Amino acid sequence: MSAGTIFLQQQNFIDVCYIVAFSLFILGMSGLTGPRTAVRGNLIAATGMAIAIVATLLTPHVWDGSSTPILIILALLLGTAIGLPAARRVKMTAMPQMVALFNGVGGGAVAIIAWVEYRHHFGGDYTLKVEIPSLFAAIVGSISFWGSNIAFGKLQAILPSRPIKLPGQAIINGALFVIAVASAIILASGTHSQALFILGILVTAALLGNMVVLPIGGADMPVVISLLNAFTGLSAAATGIALNNTALIVGGMIVGASGTILTNLMAKAMNRSVPAIVAGGFGGEVAAPAGGEDSDRGPVKSTTPDDVAIQLSYARQVVIAPGYGMAVAQAQYAVRDLEKALEDKGVRVLFAIHPVAGRMPGHMNVLLAESQVPYEALKEMDEVNPEFQRTDVTLVIGANDVTNPAAKNEPGSPIYGMPILDVDKSQSVIVLKRSMASGFAGIDNPLFYEPQTSMLFGDAKSSVSEITAAIAAL
Amino acid sequence: MTLVTEIAILVLAGFVGFAVISKIPNTLHTPLMSGTNAIHGIVVLGGLLLMHLATGWLEHLLLFVAITFGMINIIGGFFVTDRMLEMFKRKPDPEPTAERAEQEDKQQ
Repeated sequence: MSAGTIFLQQQNFIDVCYIVAFSLFILGMSGLTGPRTAVRGNLIAATGMAIAIVATLLTPHVWDGSSTPILIILALLLGTAIGLPAARRVKMTAMPQMVALFNGVGGGAVAIIAWVEYRHHFGGDYTLKVEIPSLFAAIVGSISFWGSNIAFGKLQAILPSRPIKLPGQAIINGALFVIAVASAIILASGTHSQALFILGILVTAALLGNMVVLPIGGADMPVVISLLNAFTGLSAAATGIALNNTALIVGGMIVGASGTILTNLMAKAMNRSVPAIVAGGFGGEVAAPAGGEDSDRGPVKSTTPDDVAIQLSYARQVVIAPGYGMAVAQAQYAVRDLEKALEDKGVRVLFAIHPVAGRMPGHMNVLLAESQVPYEALKEMDEVNPEFQRTDVTLVIGANDVTNPAAKNEPGSPIYGMPILDVDKSQSVIVLKRSMASGFAGIDNPLFYEPQTSMLFGDAKSSVSEITAAIAAL
Repeated sequence: MTLVTEIAILVLAGFVGFAVISKIPNTLHTPLMSGTNAIHGIVVLGGLLLMHLATGWLEHLLLFVAITFGMINIIGGFFVTDRMLEMFKRKPDPEPTAERAEQEDKQQ
């Protein structure tokens, strides 16, 4: 057997490993369709990843070069040393930040790889097959990296979560996009000084990433995180084409599909188009006029934990509608205790989860799962909305816009048309809120002024604990 | 592989991805996102495959960073997803037995 044949066989073996790896990704993802099979699904996907990495390390020439082995091993170890404790320690309330950061890190890796790949194929054996996907990956990966970092900053409250806008934002973004794409085309057509152009592309895309996410308000975060997730996945798939690597193509594309599906779901749940959200300005433009209406709404009723306890104990059915405020106050354990106390009194308790409650898809579910609320008690919007008519008391904990009846009744409202939880249909509504400040979208909520609504002001966690204590004392 | 073959793989993977992921319930969307975070860590392969081609300290450094980033995604993503899914899994006890309920009462 010649050396060539051995090389070929080895390459075939590696390619087969990649096929096994991406099959395991798909199999693992299909495990996520139910909570029982999900843990195993995740393990299956992780096994696929391990196979892909080992196969890559067995590829001929990967270890060539004097500094290559040490750099590869150190980088793999360093990544593990950073990733593992982060994953172990992160609080469930901080998951949106974590996911944003992971999106960014992935996008950054894609942009770097695309750049290096590009430099090595330019001039020599480069073809459009390498060029176009590399340039695409460089632009989209870079947008994802910078955009995700801004999203992280906003979620971690390093940056203000309100929209930050420049005058003529849309024009600037459009111009940046045109510059990035034009540079890419000039580069691909081939005669100009590559080094500067590719750097130009990375810098323009970086600016674009910043400019796209800065004007987006906190309430739009679920859409943005999903969108950046899709970007990172698609750019990884493009890198796969440039590198002739099937595991990268399929893995990246699955992530791209997932991110796209989630983006659409989130945008639908807010009744807004993705371009409109990216164009920004949910909160910024409407805050002022909505604030001015406050005075003609009439007074709000406020209540005490003891009164709430009595109301809840004598109810047959209670629905709890949590929102981002529950996450901020870390109130999920207190809420679980309340739920238990009510169940013990024979009250049926349901949780109404709006798709965009919180800062990322499924945020509330994870928090409530953490505090061991039964999976069956978590109801999606369409499932729970008919229940409100049969509900004696609805407890709104730190949710605002997703319960705002203006979305149904006030055609002038900026959130008009957004599907909401019909909490106002229940016999009485108790809203736990820190103060009368409007939600992150800056829109006044007529729910607070309804006759059946009373407000319980204070920190969500201590309010809920006080209610639970009062129920126990009854 | 030709470009056309690879685009075929890309398109098919897109369809499979859509089919599989559309079935995932809203409740599990956060673990889905962190799980896909782990999967896009697959870009680490790009860093591994290119490292031996790198010339100069800048490229070496950048690829080192890329591999580190990819690995953070993989390890962090799979671990945090596992942590979350375990919390979902222990929930659907079909019927908590009296014994179990007692134990839970004692814990409080």
